[in-house]
Amino acid sequence: MTTAANWSIEGKNHERNFKSIMFLGLLWLSLFVAFLFLIILLVTTAMNGMGRYDIRLFTDYNNTTPADAGARAAILGSLFVVTVTAFMAIPIGIAAAVYLEEFADRTKWYNKLIELNIQNLAAVPAILYGMLTLGILTLLGLKNKNVVIGGSLALALLILPVVILTTREALRAVPQEIRDGSLALGATEVQTVTKQTLPAAIPGIATGTILAVSRAIGEAAPLLLLGALVFITYDPNGLFAGFTTMPIQIFSWTSAAQDEFKQLAAATSMLLLVILLSMNGVAIFIRNKFAKRW
Amino acid sequence: MNSSVKIDDFSLRSSSLRIGERIIRGTLFAASAFSVLITIGIVWSLLVPALEFFRQVPVMDFLTGTRWAPRFKPASFGVLPLIVGTLWTTTIALIVAVPFGLGSAMYLSEYASDKTRRRLKPVVELLAGIPTVVYGFFAIEFVTRVVLKDWMGLDVGTFSVLSAGLVMGVMIIPTVASLSEDALSAVPLAMRQGSFALGANKMQTTLRVVFPAAFSGIAAAVVLGISRAVGETMIVALAAGNKPNISSNPLEGAQTMTGFIANAALGDSRVGSLEYDTLFAVGLLLFMSTLIINFISIRLVRRYREAY
Repeated sequence: MTTAANWSIEGKNHERNFKSIMFLGLLWLSLFVAFLFLIILLVTTAMNGMGRYDIRLFTDYNNTTPADAGARAAILGSLFVVTVTAFMAIPIGIAAAVYLEEFADRTKWYNKLIELNIQNLAAVPAILYGMLTLGILTLLGLKNKNVVIGGSLALALLILPVVILTTREALRAVPQEIRDGSLALGATEVQTVTKQTLPAAIPGIATGTILAVSRAIGEAAPLLLLGALVFITYDPNGLFAGFTTMPIQIFSWTSAAQDEFKQLAAATSMLLLVILLSMNGVAIFIRNKFAKRW
Repeated sequence: MNSSVKIDDFSLRSSSLRIGERIIRGTLFAASAFSVLITIGIVWSLLVPALEFFRQVPVMDFLTGTRWAPRFKPASFGVLPLIVGTLWTTTIALIVAVPFGLGSAMYLSEYASDKTRRRLKPVVELLAGIPTVVYGFFAIEFVTRVVLKDWMGLDVGTFSVLSAGLVMGVMIIPTVASLSEDALSAVPLAMRQGSFALGANKMQTTLRVVFPAAFSGIAAAVVLGISRAVGETMIVALAAGNKPNISSNPLEGAQTMTGFIANAALGDSRVGSLEYDTLFAVGLLLFMSTLIINFISIRLVRRYREAY
């Protein structure tokens, strides 16, 4: 994006009066507050978890005695559920985005409806996806709803609109000339998409999907509805096995009365934050490093 | 939307598709049509139990009643306390998110160099990447206990809408900042140059030229922020408490619509019982409210996209 900052007409010599300096100060302040908050959140959470950064956090199951409790089932549960989520949401999301961006005739009413619908879905409260999944699982006749496949389904439905929207943005950034060139050389439309447009958009798509998946890792609300707040003392070992995830475990430990559980909640939060922040880092790195500027 | 020139304008497309291509196109279309199915699914999964609920509780009693006590005997199903709770947390969140989000957006769009913006924007967006349970934990353990109680000496209990709202506000800053920045950046450079040429300084240009020109986009950002705040669950479930309460005091706890759903889901109400259906009645109300809010936001975005 080009901004006024690139231009020589800037009105800089008028910038010295008190009011405009104050204004710039306020703008700085608002950015500063956001950063400050981020730092305070990280530091206080890290300090609250002090004393529980040990190997038992990873190796022990949950326990009614805080000293013996660990987050093993939650960590494995998160990994398992999110992997299945990614397998469900990413292919459908990319396919939908390719259709909407590359093939859809935007003047047709049904394509307009789909677009409007996806924009709305992206802003539907997460907890409602839990209620939808509850409905689907009841319809399928599942008695025990707190199963890996249920949790993954809820999270996949939740992140699908995000995957679609970010993939579309990545595809839109690919210049029209590339498609025209490919078509002019005799490639079919599908070949153009698979051999030219999609490969060119991969960095953008990767960034978007990593961010979408990291949202799924941190989300707890839809899983609460499936009843994921249960005491799990085994590794999730199949699509129909019971599970718990890190955010759910944090929620349950935060609501517990004993302070030692809060310590555990904070330690698990830190672990979750490290995972998410590194995923964010990777996403930003991919965006800055590989994204082509046309 | 982006470029006005689409493939359709050229004759490069083959006039008739091969069968294989047709199948692939059909599959891709099915994937995008699936999203419509999700919406239908949400409506269906909420409406069926909610209708069951309204067969026993009149709609007017639900919408205008002032006592929410679905688990008491005699039970009372007035949803207003939940709505008031939601309004409290949402309002407090907006008081935090709008000025800070908009301020950040103005700095990033009007003052920061390209390089600075590329570095700072991801950091602001990190706030959106933090799990809401972690925000909830932070709200109880730090904001309520340390900031409100110890530092400010306020008379807060364990749960308060103030604490939940404040933290939720920070969570929404990136939503407001990111969309507002898009709207501000979309204002044509010529408008700024015109303003500078007339002798206005940067502050005057930002406030009197760029801001009004980007107004509908900024409004859309705020409206989307409202939608986020109304639908946010984990922060309120942890920090706002679960006592339905029509109160004029933000230091007290209250239950929001999402807070009720989360809390009720933890109980073991049987499928088909009135208690279970209550969940979906509130869910339907939540869906309808966010649907209206989202459409307003989408409309506003379209307006500025059309303008520039």
